Amino acid sequence: MMRDAPISDRVVVYERPQALADIHTHYCPGCTHGISHRLVAEAIDELGLNDRAIIVASVGCSVFSYNYFDIDACEAAHGRAPAMATGLKRVSPDRLVFTYQGDGDLASIGTAEIIHAAARGEPVTAVFVNNAIYGMTGGQMAPTSLPGQKTTSSPFGRSTDIAGFPIRMSEVLAELDGSAYIVRRSLHNVKEIRRAKKAIKTAFKVQMAGLGFSMVELLSTCPTNWGMSASDALTWVADTMVPYYPLGDYRVIDAVKDL
Amino acid sequence: MEMLKGNVAIAEAAIRVGLEAYFGYPITPQTELLEHLSRRMVELDRPFVQAESEVAAINMVYGAACAGVRVMTSSSSPGISLMQEGLSYIAGSDIPCVLVDIMRGGPGLGNILPSQGDYFQITRSAGHGDYRPIVLAPASVQEAIDFTVLAFDLAEKYRHLVIVAADGQIGQMMEPAELPAMRPLRTARPDWALTGKAGREKNVITSIYLKGEEMEAYNQRVQARIATIRTAEQRWVETDTEDADLLVIGFGTAGRVAYSAVEEARAKGLNVGLLRPQSLFPFPTERIAELAQQVSGILVVEMNAGQMLEDVRLAVGTSAPVDFYGRMGGMVPMPDEILTAIEDVYPVAIR
Ligand SMILES: Cc1ncc(C[n+]2csc(CCOP(=O)(O)OP(=O)(O)O)c2C)c(N)n1
Ligand code: SF4
Repeated sequence: MMRDAPISDRVVVYERPQALADIHTHYCPGCTHGISHRLVAEAIDELGLNDRAIIVASVGCSVFSYNYFDIDACEAAHGRAPAMATGLKRVSPDRLVFTYQGDGDLASIGTAEIIHAAARGEPVTAVFVNNAIYGMTGGQMAPTSLPGQKTTSSPFGRSTDIAGFPIRMSEVLAELDGSAYIVRRSLHNVKEIRRAKKAIKTAFKVQMAGLGFSMVELLSTCPTNWGMSASDALTWVADTMVPYYPLGDYRVIDAVKDL
Repeated sequence: MEMLKGNVAIAEAAIRVGLEAYFGYPITPQTELLEHLSRRMVELDRPFVQAESEVAAINMVYGAACAGVRVMTSSSSPGISLMQEGLSYIAGSDIPCVLVDIMRGGPGLGNILPSQGDYFQITRSAGHGDYRPIVLAPASVQEAIDFTVLAFDLAEKYRHLVIVAADGQIGQMMEPAELPAMRPLRTARPDWALTGKAGREKNVITSIYLKGEEMEAYNQRVQARIATIRTAEQRWVETDTEDADLLVIGFGTAGRVAYSAVEEARAKGLNVGLLRPQSLFPFPTERIAELAQQVSGILVVEMNAGQMLEDVRLAVGTSAPVDFYGRMGGMVPMPDEILTAIEDVYPVAIR
């Protein structure tokens, strides 16, 4: 494609994925929820699952994700998305059923639901957006907030004496035999975003092949509630979150490699 | 006719009328229901999941109901408390769903004996929000079967939550009853269901309306539906009410025991009649108001401290004095206790 070519001769190399609805989102500038939405949508498009996909949105900043994807959708109670996905998937085994959950939703109020969905080997996928804070309610401490991290409910920094320690959910779920594919990725630079996209696609393939439970944890930003610029937030992910939440593949069963 | 235990009868009835998925958690005195389904659903290759909690179970039901299938769960009082959140979301999403509550003694962990102590819990709302489920209260194993069948039909007719509320006695006892014939499973899913958007615009099921105006408009639609249900779905049975001077009102097991007491009172020459509500919501308000004009007194009998009593008082107003006899904590009244209560209030009724 040439920059000066007339419009009619230009080739489209980048456009909105079909699985994303053509509407504005309410996400803050610089928030990586937008990136993870796009990656999920691209994965659905590339696998040709648009007519068979069902998203279970959760309670958090992504509560309206049912609006942002152009696929069948429902909206679960806080933390219950994996249970709702279980119900949907059991009666629709050939559909792609995935949850899209924040860290408060998945790692605090919904811990029982996510652990048991994984333990049952439920063939659903969790897209887990870990931004180390409660975004929607205005920046309170999450189970994933780092020791020392200042939030509106840990104003002096997260004290492990008072609040204990962050939970590393990928490591926890990797212990369960029902888990087929559990990986942690990050959205802080292009290379990691590409790897995240590949992981989401793999997770969906794992589900459609009926191999068991899959989760892609995505280290994400919340510039608004972290009180940072968008670029500082990306740096904070790389420098502060990644060391506590190492990126990597935590459980990949052999059958995944044959996909 | 075959000898059937209430819990098993409900489970098998649900299977025969096309239960497509079940999600539940063990709790006495409901457990045989789950156990029966754990075998039969698997035999029939239909989804059965023993969930990690009642919280999860009701949300699995929510998910399956979104897919437009016949789905239900069952529990007993403490488990129903845990389901309140999910019930409210189901209610707020206008999807059909059936819940069976085999009530036990409370509050707290209470006991596993039969009780009607959750009348308020099941008739007033389904969790938070402004809403009332349809509530059916069987007084025999046969009614437990019939109301299970009816529950699915009503749930789908109105896209509304229906609760079959039986006290532990109904779940645990065995008596002869007839099950419905086995029906084939439905093949089509409703047009609002989440099935993937092949050939249509996407479907969305949520219970969120951020704007006050929209939330109010939604509530008005729900209240209009509930108003229709109020007029169309009141159910009750009457015995000896034509010439009654004293009207006894009781539901479920209490209503059944009261029936024996009313028979004995009649044998003693007292003009006593019985009204047994079969639907607790909608409550048979108009009929009770009508009878209140005729009788000189009303005696409400319950296995609680007097909960339906409030609905009776609302119906009766000042038309007749309303007395109450109740047992609590899992105690079931005996016919002679109720007879004594009838005799105690009867002279007052005549005066
Ligand atoms: C039962 C219940 N408790 C609390 C809330 C309030 N609430 C809404 S979103 C949220 C936290 C969400 O945080 P997270 O899952 O991390 O998602 P994020 O907003 O950061 O994307 C809370 C506590 C609720 N909606 N329901
Ligand atoms: S509050 Fe945080 S997580 Fe929520 S949209 Fe804004 S930046 Fe994103």
